[in-house]
Amino acid sequence: MTDITPALPEAAVARAIDTRRMRVTDEVAVSIARMNKWYGTFHVLRDIDMTVYRGERIVICGPSGSGKSTLIRCINALEEHQAGKVVVDGTELNEDLKNVDKVRSEVGMVFQHFNLFPHLTILENCTLAPIWVRKVPKKQAVETAMHFLTKVKIPEQANKYPGQLSGGQQQRVAIARSLCMRPRIMLFDEPTSALDPEMIKEVLDTMIGLAEDGMTMLVVTHEMGFARQVANRVVFMDQGQIVEQNEPEEFFLRPKSDRTKLFLSQILGH
Amino acid sequence: MSDLHAHSVAYVRDTMLPEATPPVREIGGFKWLRENLFSNWWNTALTLVSIYVIWWLVVQITPWFANSIWRADSLSECRAILDGATGACFAVITERWPQLLFGFYPRSLYWRPTLAAVLLLVAITPLLMPDLPRKLLWFTAAYPFIAFFLLWGGTIWVPVVTMAGFGVGYLAYLATRSLGPLAAAIAAIVAPLIWWLFLAGPVSGALGSVMPWGLQPVRSDRFGGFTLSMVIGVTGISLSLPLGILLALGRRSDMPVVKMSCVIFIEFIRGVPLIALLFTASLLLNYFLPPGTSFDLILRVVIMVTLFAAAYLAEVVRGGLAALPRGQYEAADSLGLTYWQAQRLVIMPQALKISIPGIVNTFIGLFKDTTLVVFIGLLDPLGLTNAIRADTAWNGIYWELFVFVGALFFVFCFSISRYSMYLEKRLSRDHRQGMTR
Repeated sequence: MTDITPALPEAAVARAIDTRRMRVTDEVAVSIARMNKWYGTFHVLRDIDMTVYRGERIVICGPSGSGKSTLIRCINALEEHQAGKVVVDGTELNEDLKNVDKVRSEVGMVFQHFNLFPHLTILENCTLAPIWVRKVPKKQAVETAMHFLTKVKIPEQANKYPGQLSGGQQQRVAIARSLCMRPRIMLFDEPTSALDPEMIKEVLDTMIGLAEDGMTMLVVTHEMGFARQVANRVVFMDQGQIVEQNEPEEFFLRPKSDRTKLFLSQILGH
Repeated sequence: MSDLHAHSVAYVRDTMLPEATPPVREIGGFKWLRENLFSNWWNTALTLVSIYVIWWLVVQITPWFANSIWRADSLSECRAILDGATGACFAVITERWPQLLFGFYPRSLYWRPTLAAVLLLVAITPLLMPDLPRKLLWFTAAYPFIAFFLLWGGTIWVPVVTMAGFGVGYLAYLATRSLGPLAAAIAAIVAPLIWWLFLAGPVSGALGSVMPWGLQPVRSDRFGGFTLSMVIGVTGISLSLPLGILLALGRRSDMPVVKMSCVIFIEFIRGVPLIALLFTASLLLNYFLPPGTSFDLILRVVIMVTLFAAAYLAEVVRGGLAALPRGQYEAADSLGLTYWQAQRLVIMPQALKISIPGIVNTFIGLFKDTTLVVFIGLLDPLGLTNAIRADTAWNGIYWELFVFVGALFFVFCFSISRYSMYLEKRLSRDHRQGMTR
C-alpha cells in the first residue's frame, strides 16, 4: 500500500490536503476473514474478507441494504457476526465480553443520527466515557474534551445541551466525543446523511482534518467527493458482498464490474 | 411621468408612522373576557350556566362551613348549639385530631412520630433538591434506622446492629476483592445476610445487656392514623422504585431465566387485587411461618404494598425505556460503557424522566391505597373514623371526619404532584429551553 495523490480535477480544485501526513503503514489494524452474518434467515454479509492497515482511509459505498453499515458495526461488535473471524487491533471479537469492551474503547464510532446524550451538556457528553471507562481524573478529562472541542471548532458550546445545537454542530460534537477516548480506529456510519446540505461541509472538513492526522478511518458514505479527496481505497458492496475495491482514481475512472458502473452512473449522474 | 408613477410597483416610504394605542376592546381584561367567556352566543350561554352552578354550590356549602362548631363535647351538644341551622360539627376534630394523626400511640410519646416526620423532611430534601451538598445523603441513608428507632422504640442496638450489616458487607467485599468481581459481589451479599439472620440478634442482645440504652418500646398495634399511612406509604414508595427499575430491566433482559421470572412476578402481582395480597399478608403467611414466630403485621403489609407498587412501576419504567431511541444504547456501547454504567449514566436518567408522570401516578395511588389496610384490622385514618363513631358522644358523625381525612391526603398527594411538575420542568432539555442550570 502506498498513499495516492488525488490527481482528479475536482480534488485538485478542492482544499489542498497535506498528503505527507496521510501515510499508510504495514501494521494491520483490522482483519476480517470469511465473516458471515445473518438477520434471522436473511444472509446480510457473505464471506467478507478485508484487511485494514493503520493509517488507511477506506470509504465503503453501495446501494441501501447492501450491508455496508452492518459491516462496520461488526467491527465494534454492535452487531454480532455468526461465522468467520474479526480481529481488531490484535483483539479477536468473540464471546468474551472483556474483548468486546476492550475493542469498543479503542474504536470510535460516529452515527448517522449523532446519538448524543440529550440530558448531558456537550462537555459532559465528551467526558463521560473517559471518566467512567478510562478512569481519567475529571479535571484531565475536561481538558481533553476542551482540546477536541476546540479541534472541531465549537469550544464555546461546551456548556449547552445537544438540543440547542444545529445538526452539523451536533455531529462535530459526536466526533469530538469519540476522539476523547483516544481511539486508534474511527468508524463513520453515514455521518452526513441526516444533515442539511450547508452543514455537510463542516463535518467533512472535520473528517479531513482527522485523516490528515493519520487516523485509521472506515467511512460509510455517499459523499463521493470525499471519497476521491481523502480515501486511499474505495470499497463497493452489493447484496452483502464486496463487489469491487480499488484506489479512488481507478475506481471512479475505470470501474471493472457492471454493477459498480451502474451504481456510479446513478449516483454521479445527476 | 405621473402616470408611470400610478402604475409602478416600486415604493419608497418617506414618513414613518407613529406608534398608536390598540382599540380598547383589544387589550387587558376586557379582551380576555370577550375571547374566553363571551366569544359567541353558545359560549356566553355556557358561561352563564357555569356561573349559576358555581353560585349555587357556594350558597349550599358556605353555611355548613360558616356555621361550624369547633367547641363541643358531643354531637348532640353541637346540634343543640346549632338549634336546627345547617352547620358542621368540627368539634370532633378539635377533640380527636391527635388520634387521627397518631392512632393509639401513647399520648406522652407523640413527640417521637412528630420528630420522625420532621427528620423525614430533612432526609428527603437532598433527594428532591440536587443542588444541595451530596454529603447530606448520608443522613438520608441513616434515616430509615433513625425513624425505626423513634417509632418503635426498644433498644438502640437493633437498628445499629442492622445498619452494621452494610459495613459487614463492605468489609467482606474488601476482603474478597482480590478473588475477582463476581466472588466479591457474592461475598458482599452473603456476609450481611449471615450477619442479619444469625448474628444480629445475639449481638444486639449482648450489647443491650451491657449498655441498656433505648426508648420505651411501642407495639405495632398501637400504630394508627396518619402515622400509619405515612409509615406504609413512605416505606413503600422508597422501596418500590428501585425494585420496579430492576424488574423493568429484568423484563428486557436477554437472559431467559431472569426475563421469565420478572414477567411472571409482574403479571401475577398486577393480576391480583391489592386487598387479596393484604389478606394473604395478614392471614395466610401465618400458616407458612413456623408456629410461634410473630412477624410484624405492619412489616408484612409494607412488603405486600411494596411488591404491588413495584410491579406497576416496572411497567411504567419499561414504557420509558421503550421510548428511548436505540441509538442511545448503541452510543453508550460504542464508547465502551458497561451495561450497568450505561443504564445508570445514560439510559435511566432519560427513561425515568420520561416516566415521571407515570411514576408519580403510581406513588399517589400507593399512598391512597394505604387506607385499604383498614380491612385487615389496622387503624388507618379511615378506620379511626369508625373507632371515633363507636364513642356514644360522636355516634353518627361522618362528613366532618371524612373532610378532615380527605384534606390530609389531598395536601400530601397534591404536594407530590406539584413537585413532579417542578421536576419535569427542571429536567426538561427541550429545544432551546432550560439553557441555564
